[in-house]
Amino acid sequence: METTISVNLKIWRQRGPKEKGQFVNYHLDNVSTGSSFLEMLDMLNQQLVEKGEEPVVFDNDCREGICGMCSLYINGHPHGPVQGITTCQLHMRKFNDGDTITIEPWRSAAFPVIRDLTVDRNAFDKIQQAGGYVSFNCGGAPDANATPISKEVADVAMDSATCIGCGACVAACKNGSAMLFVSAKVSQFALLPQGQVERARRARAMVRRMDELGFGNCTNTGACAAECPKNVPLSNIARLNREFEKAKLAD
Amino acid sequence: MRSFNRREMLDLVMIDGRCRGIIVRNLVTGELERYAAHAVVLATGGYGRTFFLSTNAMGCNGSAAIQAFKKGAYLSNLAFTQIHPTCIPVHGEDQSKLTLMSESLRNDGRIWVPKKKEDAEAIRAGKKKPTDIPDEDRDFYLERRYPAFGNLCPRDIASRAAKERCDAGFGVGTGNAVYLDFKYAIQRLGADVVRDRYGNLFDMYQMISDDNPYETPMMIFPASHYTMGGIWVDYELQTSIKGLFAIGECNFSDHGANRLGASALMQGLADGYFVLPYTMQNYLSDQIKVPHFTTDTPEFDAAEKAVRDRIEKLMNIKGTKSPDQIHKRLGHVMWDLVGMGRTLQSLVKAIDEVEEVRKEFYTDLRIVGDANDLNTELEKALRLEDFLVMAKMMAIDALHRNESCGAHFREEYQTADGEAARDDENYMYVSCWKYTGDTEKPILLKEPLKYEAIKVQTRNYKS
Repeated sequence: METTISVNLKIWRQRGPKEKGQFVNYHLDNVSTGSSFLEMLDMLNQQLVEKGEEPVVFDNDCREGICGMCSLYINGHPHGPVQGITTCQLHMRKFNDGDTITIEPWRSAAFPVIRDLTVDRNAFDKIQQAGGYVSFNCGGAPDANATPISKEVADVAMDSATCIGCGACVAACKNGSAMLFVSAKVSQFALLPQGQVERARRARAMVRRMDELGFGNCTNTGACAAECPKNVPLSNIARLNREFEKAKLAD
Repeated sequence: MRSFNRREMLDLVMIDGRCRGIIVRNLVTGELERYAAHAVVLATGGYGRTFFLSTNAMGCNGSAAIQAFKKGAYLSNLAFTQIHPTCIPVHGEDQSKLTLMSESLRNDGRIWVPKKKEDAEAIRAGKKKPTDIPDEDRDFYLERRYPAFGNLCPRDIASRAAKERCDAGFGVGTGNAVYLDFKYAIQRLGADVVRDRYGNLFDMYQMISDDNPYETPMMIFPASHYTMGGIWVDYELQTSIKGLFAIGECNFSDHGANRLGASALMQGLADGYFVLPYTMQNYLSDQIKVPHFTTDTPEFDAAEKAVRDRIEKLMNIKGTKSPDQIHKRLGHVMWDLVGMGRTLQSLVKAIDEVEEVRKEFYTDLRIVGDANDLNTELEKALRLEDFLVMAKMMAIDALHRNESCGAHFREEYQTADGEAARDDENYMYVSCWKYTGDTEKPILLKEPLKYEAIKVQTRNYKS
């Protein structure tokens, strides 16, 4: 049956974007190994509230790996040490009794801290608004097989579309680059017929917006793809570079 | 279009009988903000978290619906909450939400519990494994009860059947779980085909439960998933308040008593893409000469003051219980008494117990931190205050509907073989509840259902 462990937590606490933050140590007993990482933080917050202290603020919502809200930097890894999952999918059985766990917010110039472990990721929304959509009138339902797409292409487009926009790629990058995010968003449309009309415009506009918002440059280190909770492949960045060059030639 | 992130609507602003704006709390700064418009559209989702544990995201809430209700919009069909059969079971008291395993798993998975009670007991005690139970000692209860549809019978039926077996003592895991077994699909199709179809779901299951579904059956149990009820709207998606529209899960329309798979997505597309852009024009057509509104009117002042007073009242309770603690208590009341099987007695008791939780909320709530600042505890408390109203309304609606229909199963209204017994003569209508005051009884209005194109029938999954 379920076992419980004790953990030591080193959590980054910061009142606001302009204020100085610091690590604060906490100790937590009786953490069920079947609990998720965020449920462990719920436990901590319950204990803090009982003592009249303010809870640790962290973003979360769906708690099943699809919304992209959770965003913790755990023991030096975005979304924790297990590959291919978000923080909310991380469970306490991955830790040992007595472990010290260090929890930080995403650290990037483009993602200012709001409070504690919560950062402002509006920059991603702004990049999306610059071109991460297709615009066409819906009209009646098209006939089946009117626009055939091979399974290979559909699979690659789908692998790009799995990006949940959490920002782990930016947090993992030593330059704070958003290239994996932008390349996933550009690729998912560039690969499909529906995305052709705005293809060049999209690549130009999204890259320009990314540059304006203070993200760093890509030096092909690959940490982004290694830490991506959805395993978005690095080949997207090569595709984005190609799309961007082609768009320039189209001018 | 501009989007305003990290804000929660706390009130509607009415001017001359029409909805003309909203008051929101900025969740980052704690400031109250005013927005004015010719019309307001609510796209605020469902209230499934009234049960505390559900498959909904943590931020899902019924607050906008309750604010609309208090301003005169009707709430409809609250008896109907979809309890989804294929969720990963609860692991303990610290559980914060439940994860839905895709329904598609029922295409190839077979659902069973042990035939013998002693096997179920041995499994619960950890003395036997599911793989130790031979096929002849497995009760594939859906295939047994519903031979025509088997494991693919609808959600409400599959959920109730799982509860029936667990209540009878045949549950596995903590006692509140049944098996979903892919052994047979792997034998028939091979592990590769199964991996190709469900690999991502199997990985997700293993992440959460630490069991490998290729080797041992998954455990599943029903959980609150979707609320068919909600704000009453007309065919133009307008609520009973002029100028206030409601789309998607937050309204009551489209799904009747029992939503079918994937049709919430359908409703999102239909309401947002095909209906509202056209019906909104009908509403606005005679508003063309009404100039833009400003937010410095007495109506906005009054609405903002009411919200400020409400927040202050909650901050000043200064009790001992966190919002989550009280919410969990509410969740237990709702799940036990207004869950998959309800009775006259359980619903009467639920109304009393919700009242008890409400009292605890207003006397013993504790919100740490400051109201004029980012405060996640205050956010939870405000949502919980509205969940308490919703909980009572759900119980009232379920109590008044003296029949079993769709997701609403009143145990005293069932056929000899345990199926839902509907009463079309007396209950073929949409219930619409009108707010009359916090402690007053709401007024029931009825919108009759008239079927012209189809003949009303009773579902049959047996033959």
